[in-house]
Amino acid sequence: MTDAPILEVRNLVKHFPIGGGVFGGPPALIKAVDGVSFSIRRGETLGLVGESGCGKTTTGRCILQLEKPTAGEILFEGRDLAALPEGELRKVRRRLQVIFQDPYSSLNPRMTVGQIIAEPLAVHRIVPDRAARATRVRELLGHAGLLPAMARRYPHELSGGQRQRVGIARALAMEPALIVCDEPVSALDVSIQAQIINLLEELQAEFGLTYLFVAHDLSVVRHISDRVAVMYLGKIVEITDRKTLYEDPQHPYTKALLSAVPIPDPAVEAGRERIVLGGEVPSPLNPPSGCVFHPRCPIAISECRGEVPALREIREDHRVACIRV
Amino acid sequence: MDVLLDVRDLHTQFTTSSGVVRAVDGVSWDVRAGETVALVGESGCGKSVSALSVMRLVSAPAGRITEGRIVFKGRDLLTLTDDDMRKVRGREIGMIFQEPMTSLNPVLTVGRQLTETLEIHLGMTPTQARARAGEILGLVGISDPERRLRQYPHQFSGGMRQRIMIAMALSCNPALILADEPTTALDVTIQAQILELLKDLSRKLGVAMLIITHNLGVVARYADRVNVMYAGRIVERGTAREIYAHPRHPYTLGLLRSVPRLDEPRKARLDPISGQPPDLTRLPPGCAFAPRCSFVAERCRIDRPELALVGEAHTAACWESERLAVQVPA
Repeated sequence: MTDAPILEVRNLVKHFPIGGGVFGGPPALIKAVDGVSFSIRRGETLGLVGESGCGKTTTGRCILQLEKPTAGEILFEGRDLAALPEGELRKVRRRLQVIFQDPYSSLNPRMTVGQIIAEPLAVHRIVPDRAARATRVRELLGHAGLLPAMARRYPHELSGGQRQRVGIARALAMEPALIVCDEPVSALDVSIQAQIINLLEELQAEFGLTYLFVAHDLSVVRHISDRVAVMYLGKIVEITDRKTLYEDPQHPYTKALLSAVPIPDPAVEAGRERIVLGGEVPSPLNPPSGCVFHPRCPIAISECRGEVPALREIREDHRVACIRV
Repeated sequence: MDVLLDVRDLHTQFTTSSGVVRAVDGVSWDVRAGETVALVGESGCGKSVSALSVMRLVSAPAGRITEGRIVFKGRDLLTLTDDDMRKVRGREIGMIFQEPMTSLNPVLTVGRQLTETLEIHLGMTPTQARARAGEILGLVGISDPERRLRQYPHQFSGGMRQRIMIAMALSCNPALILADEPTTALDVTIQAQILELLKDLSRKLGVAMLIITHNLGVVARYADRVNVMYAGRIVERGTAREIYAHPRHPYTLGLLRSVPRLDEPRKARLDPISGQPPDLTRLPPGCAFAPRCSFVAERCRIDRPELALVGEAHTAACWESERLAVQVPA
């Protein structure tokens, strides 16, 4: 792992306009991502956690150029993706791949597994020769832990875990440097989740991959990540290395999230103290003033309502957005 | 404690184009008054079909209950007429489903959906039902019930909709609630709220609960007794503490070991269960878990093991459970 960041996100903002139009006046804005900055070093895994609607998936989609950011910069290997000409972007974009949550809807049901994996190899002329492509497909299936015979099967013939392996093989076909893993195991059965996580870790070691691991399961994120960022309502509230985040969390939201995860052991659960947050995640259409977490925060004071807390460094490589810390 | 619901040797089958699927294949479990019992397992293990069978909601003609007894308060539900069964559903046994949005009627107000049950089951007048509905909404933590009763499901968030489902399930003071993955579709912090609410209400009102889930953490926190299911059968049963501390079936052990735990030091590698989930149309002879099992012996591929006592009120269906006990210290 070198220290040069492979990806740098600076003040990323993504607003979605809804409603409005001809008579309705200006449209309302959903502030899905509202000023997010972080960087990922080559070869590491950054976990991005938060509840639904916190903007973690939109952040991933902006990095992949599947959404056009409203503002902010995304620097991949030192180059601003928004400033690249179309042709250049396509080349760079190849090295940015994605693994989706739902292996059922992200594979074309009319194509065989072999065709699904071969398609990007042909389209991007990575392996233009037909015979060589078949060999490469078999090799990629092997990397993902699937037998060569799988190439002739259709997605509906596979189990959820096998489908996710096909999705991984397809991402690997592009020889990517960075993979955005968007909830890659949350749709899978418990006994299969561990298989896929181990596979992702093996591939990272073998090919020097960098992962942005977007997930809501804090136990899984702790296992796979080197550093972790916690998002709430479009903002990062805490970011630090894995050990510090899980052993010494500072933001009250991080603490509540960790406390909400049930531990699979009744003996431990019986003696555990819980922080059950009141209320719900507010609508990003109309976020609270000041610190967006203040209506649910157990340690909020009146100042929290007025002041948007900056994400500030409280010690080396540990940033927290809370005025009470 | 009295046995409230006693399911004996239940078989539920589905006829599909690829053959007969024995979704529930000879399963027995019970729920005593006031306790919380869990059915745990992965998708396709038969846990949801078990609950649907109890409610007699298995969709015919593809699905049918072929054998067994479901004795609730001394009556076999499988022998009731459709009319009598309708009086049990919602009134004596409440049900909470995973996806509240698809289980609520989108074109009726929440108030109407709550009062309908009260008027039909308890014979209340509209005014009485309205008052009771407001009362229950307060009970499940929804403020301003008067206004909320006039709203439609889409005007509520996911967590609030699940509260409404709980309110509906509780409205007729049932003796038992079947909760099928009640928090799976919800966020972590909301999941904690809903589970606390369920546990709190079941204690306060003395309602027994059957929780169906794949989440081992949820089971550990809320269940008194646990049934672990695999491929349509129960493979292990015991008190929650006993099962987590001394698992005696390799599948239970595998499940517990494959999930990363926040309270333990991080492991370099996870310990997955190898192989794929079973195909219910092509189950192997012998133990269905044998192809994935790390304790497998020759006998396992021929004879199917039945549940046998392995400790106090603790049973497991495994030929090798003694070897497992020796090799896996508590």
